[in-house]
Amino acid sequence: MAGSIQVRGLTKSFGTFRAVDDVTFEAAEGTITALLGPSGSGKSTVLRMIAGLEQADVGSVWVAGEELTEASVQDRRLGFVFQHYALFRHMTVRKNVAFGLSVRRVDKGTQRERVDELLELVGLAPFGDRYPDQLSGGQRQRVALARALAPRPQVLLLDEPFGALDARVRQELRAWLDHLHRELGVTSLFVTHDQEEALELANEIVVMNHGRVEQVGPADAIYNQPATPFVAAFVGSSNVLRGTVWERHVHFGHSIVAGAHEIPDGAEAIAYIRPHDIEITSEAGSTSFPVAVERRTDMGWMSKLHLRLEDGQPLVAQLPNDEIEAVEAGQRLFANLRNPKVFAADRAEDESATVPGAVVAPAETETQPQAEAQV
Amino acid sequence: MSAISTSARADRRKARLWRALMLSVALLYVAVLLLAPLGGIIYYALKEGLGEVGHTFRQSDVRHAFYLTAIIMVVTVIVTTFFGIIVALVLARDRFVGKRLVSALVDLPLAVSPVIVGLMAVLLFGRGGWFEPFFAARGIQVIFALPSMILVTIFISIPFVIREVVPVLQELGMEEEQAAWTLGASRLQTFRRVTLPNIRWGLLYGIALSAARSIGEVGAVLIVSGSLQGQTETATLYILRAFDQYQEQQAYIVALTLASFSIVMLIGIETLKRRASREAG
Repeated sequence: MAGSIQVRGLTKSFGTFRAVDDVTFEAAEGTITALLGPSGSGKSTVLRMIAGLEQADVGSVWVAGEELTEASVQDRRLGFVFQHYALFRHMTVRKNVAFGLSVRRVDKGTQRERVDELLELVGLAPFGDRYPDQLSGGQRQRVALARALAPRPQVLLLDEPFGALDARVRQELRAWLDHLHRELGVTSLFVTHDQEEALELANEIVVMNHGRVEQVGPADAIYNQPATPFVAAFVGSSNVLRGTVWERHVHFGHSIVAGAHEIPDGAEAIAYIRPHDIEITSEAGSTSFPVAVERRTDMGWMSKLHLRLEDGQPLVAQLPNDEIEAVEAGQRLFANLRNPKVFAADRAEDESATVPGAVVAPAETETQPQAEAQV
Repeated sequence: MSAISTSARADRRKARLWRALMLSVALLYVAVLLLAPLGGIIYYALKEGLGEVGHTFRQSDVRHAFYLTAIIMVVTVIVTTFFGIIVALVLARDRFVGKRLVSALVDLPLAVSPVIVGLMAVLLFGRGGWFEPFFAARGIQVIFALPSMILVTIFISIPFVIREVVPVLQELGMEEEQAAWTLGASRLQTFRRVTLPNIRWGLLYGIALSAARSIGEVGAVLIVSGSLQGQTETATLYILRAFDQYQEQQAYIVALTLASFSIVMLIGIETLKRRASREAG
């Protein structure tokens, strides 16, 4: 039932705009893979090309070892879930789910069995006779999923499946999809701009930016060993510190972080540091340096500390409250920066995430989740 | 304190007054311009009693006029529906050079007087017209015959289906259709099972307007038909002639019949639509 997805050298332009540029990756059989990137990064276009809803200019698409590049949408037999559900509004839930079976002329009895089975699976058995506009957003998305799964597709493609839902429903549906995937094992590829969603759900993440693949790897590799400045900034929050390299260390004022292994002395470099990778001490250590505490924002179990380095660059730390009970604004303390990711400044120059001192917020804030669609 | 509440009360009263004013203007407008003429026709048509109605409908030229009008309406509705859907799909979905021009051209029949449409048809198909030799050689009479009457009526009725369906299609978007494709539905299956049910009310409304327009057409048909009694005389042309010949009674009865047909059709669609939307909840 499941098959792998391979994408080789996919390229697509709209007029003079290159939306997708030489994208290659593979999603192994039975896994969940996330296509992660900001809006306009080309990730949805890649998904639509795999489904056959867009034609690639160059490149090929393979599913379960079979080339589908020239196949019609109908012949690809892939499940597709749209961001805004795209349920047939004039059909009941049952008719929606049965659609993929009835157009293929599956006999009525088999249809009924399969629909029952799927409604049970998505927890909507009592809602079979409702119309889509009588359901909540989360329920609609589950109907869309049941509908896509009904013809037993080899792979499931999901375009921002939780993008139109509010935060709490999104959380629930995410956990539920994870569970469902474990049960069915259908190879799934989903598009998202929400790095948290990608990190939580996916076995493998493909990070895209400006139509190109920045990095492919499992969640921890993407998070802990970002291959490019963009990945370092986009996946998870990071402090961005700009300094000069000297003997494999980045210097900003009297502060130093290690990790500039391949950057020549005297070159500009940018260090990305996670807010939770900052340690605060009251006494100077061998690798720590002085910071001023400007503001403390208490967020329940942890706090955000707004710090400033000696050379004036701001720094934000996130620490559990029990580690920093005595810390308050106005104090002069010492910071130890762990796991910095250092990139030469010229490499990061054309990326968007290089404003010195800025904390790059999680991508979630980039597009506000819309309120559930009203009909 | 009391000053504020007094002025608030005054505001509320003003708002109520405005609403009453708007409502009465709207009702008066509809009553004077729509209901009064209709009432007049009903009164004059039935003034002499139902015997006169029966007598009118027994006349062979009246029957033939209705027969012609029905044929023209049916053919017009079929043609404008079929091509209207295709044009609407293209206008709503495709991007191409000259799309705005096509979109404007579609409205041309609304902007041009039907009399001019009739004259154009005569120029093309009449004696010495561009297309006349082609049809004459095959022994097909176009002008002063049914073909040209149908042709001009179709021309005049082109915009209605298109204008009703295009906005519905645009509002609908492509996602449901694309979802149907990914589920294995062919283009035709997708149209029949997804697109058509979604546009059906707009389409029906367009068809009704098209039908109403085609049975009401006078100017263009008058010019191309020659208005030959019992041969190329439609119901509306009959009304004109009856009026000229001081047979006002018959004219009113035929006019009332045509008007009733259109009104019943529109009300029927509205009722069906209401019932369907209630069912869908």
